[in-house]
Amino acid sequence: MAQPANRPVFAPWNDPAEKPLIRFQNVTKKFGEFVAIDDLTLDIFRREFFALLGPSGCGKTTLMRMLAGFEAPTSGTILLDGVDIAPIPPNKRATNMMFQSYALFPHLTVWDNIAFGLKRSDMPKDRIPARVEEMLRLVRLEKFAKRKPHQISGGQRQRVALARSLAKAPKLLLLDEPLGALDKKLRQDTQFELMDIQEKTGTTFVIVTHDQEEAMTVASRVAVMDHGKMIQVDTPDRIYESPNSVYVADFIGDVNIVEGAARPNGDKYAIAWAEGQPEIAATSADTIAPGTKVHFAIRPEKVAIASERPEGRANVIEGTVSDIAYLGNISTYKVEVAGGRMIKAQVANERRLARRDITWDDKVWLSFTDTAGIVLQQ
Amino acid sequence: MNRRFSWFNATSLTLGFVFLYLPMIILIIFSFNSSKLVTVWAGFSTKWYGELLGNKAFLDAAWVTLKVAVLSSTLATVLGTMAAYVLVRAGRFAGRTLFSGMIYAPLVMPEVITGLAMLLLFISIGMDRGVSTIVLAHTTFTMCYVSVVVSSRLVTFDKSLEEAALDLGCTPFDAFRSVTLPIIAPAVISGWLLAFTLSLDDLVIASFAAGPSSTTLPMKIFSSVRLGVSPEINALSTLMIGIVTVGVITASLVSKRSIARQRAEEQAAARA
Ligand SMILES: Nc1ncnc2c1ncn2[C@@H]1O[C@H](COP(=O)(O)OP(=O)(O)O)[C@@H](O)[C@H]1O
Ligand SMILES: [Mg+2]
Repeated sequence: MAQPANRPVFAPWNDPAEKPLIRFQNVTKKFGEFVAIDDLTLDIFRREFFALLGPSGCGKTTLMRMLAGFEAPTSGTILLDGVDIAPIPPNKRATNMMFQSYALFPHLTVWDNIAFGLKRSDMPKDRIPARVEEMLRLVRLEKFAKRKPHQISGGQRQRVALARSLAKAPKLLLLDEPLGALDKKLRQDTQFELMDIQEKTGTTFVIVTHDQEEAMTVASRVAVMDHGKMIQVDTPDRIYESPNSVYVADFIGDVNIVEGAARPNGDKYAIAWAEGQPEIAATSADTIAPGTKVHFAIRPEKVAIASERPEGRANVIEGTVSDIAYLGNISTYKVEVAGGRMIKAQVANERRLARRDITWDDKVWLSFTDTAGIVLQQ
Repeated sequence: MNRRFSWFNATSLTLGFVFLYLPMIILIIFSFNSSKLVTVWAGFSTKWYGELLGNKAFLDAAWVTLKVAVLSSTLATVLGTMAAYVLVRAGRFAGRTLFSGMIYAPLVMPEVITGLAMLLLFISIGMDRGVSTIVLAHTTFTMCYVSVVVSSRLVTFDKSLEEAALDLGCTPFDAFRSVTLPIIAPAVISGWLLAFTLSLDDLVIASFAAGPSSTTLPMKIFSSVRLGVSPEINALSTLMIGIVTVGVITASLVSKRSIARQRAEEQAAARA
């Protein structure tokens, strides 16, 4: 999504010769008895836009704070460019952090906020103004240089915080829910702005978010966390199309989960999910032992809905429409199938509403191909 | 909150304020009395203020008091701010509760005991009593007030500001000096003013810590009153009331203004 098609593929994580910029090696962080980060191992590469995704309290901020130097791992090591950063204090690290609360200095102007880090770097004094101006231009705040943080809007403050953390051209920029306080429109604009800046500066970004759409939009890779563990680290499309667990499938986007028992059937698998119903035909890259309990996950937009029984589809399920959600560009049909299960089907609204032929309590046919869903064993 | 200002409220308020301020008002009025008899009004005059300026003993005492107040409040502000910072910031360490309790204990300790303890200390380490011992004694008892004022500001201080400063390359001391201190400055200033005023009108502790050549103004007033109240003393007391009032009002204005500004900033942030 983030990559235009005509660019060479950026995938350093597939290149065994590539050295990671950051390497977490079996890092555990405990607060007292509470385990916030649980034996985590992870590589992040140069020029990546790496998104940490997970529910509140799963340890995203803690991970960032360990990179910035505000927390030390209880065990394990963190390497930055191959060097263990444990003994390096925050003010000596080549990382900068953009705080969730922005943490702008209220007693300093926008200009002085941005210059703050530069004045404490080895940059010659006479070069600082030019650098500050450059940053102001980058975030389009030239006109607000003389204002104090409380005299500008939330969106502008967020851009000051971004400019301030970018000014020292850190090797690694940490963004902790940077867009959390913005409304949807401004948020989307800023997401694209961030991607633009990342491309221009070549900095490595690690962004924390609990908004999965945001992660999918900006990131080169997404890490889904839960309870201090990495559940899956993958590109946005693979996270969406091939989640490795029910947790990830459920966390990213909307999904139908059908429980059943799988048995091999030729080169495919047949999943018995309800008494008297045809088994679901599905493919899987994994080998599944006969009789294994599995979860079959399928995205609503991959389920077709029709009032006539369709021909030539691998899977056809009969049901009754119990609810319709009209969302403008798409409609979601909640269909009750055998055993009272609900399956959602999503249809793009290409026709006008008045001509829609399916309505509440209609008997309908759901259908999908045998490659549309994914069989999950955990 | 549409409470009526009833007859009862008006009376209690008046009584309360009369009780609080009548003695001082009488004192101020009689400092402008032209008669030498303190309790008999004989017309308006400012002559006692003039005589006060010619009284060397009083002027010396005033000078000692001022020196003590400036030095001790400055010292108390430095120490009290440091103590507040450590207690609010250092997180949990062994004995933290004990430390914070000990910082605030002198607030409720009877002055006589603090004074006596200081006296014993000075004698046991063989320190000659004079201005420096009063400064030390006043620093000791005013620093906990500074610490209370400053720490109440620090607990609402957003810690991520300091982390941001560290993140941008500040040493911990630089972060304190260039970020924390400017932001908590109003609290530090009002702490200083509070310490200054407390030192200015302390009698008990100063009496214990003072030597023969270091009489403070309150001590001087107290000893001369025992020989009879003179209109000069009234004039002097009026001046002190004036200075203390200005100090207290300034302190409260400084903190009120900074609170108002802080609130405005927070509202601006919330609106965004
Ligand atoms: N300083 C701390 N002391 C104790 N517990 C903490 C501390 N910081 C974070 N935690 C706990 O660690 C867990 C992870 O927190 P955090 O990394 O902030 O989560 P997230 O950013 O993913 O919402 C939370 O349960 C939180 O309560
Ligand atoms: Mg967080």
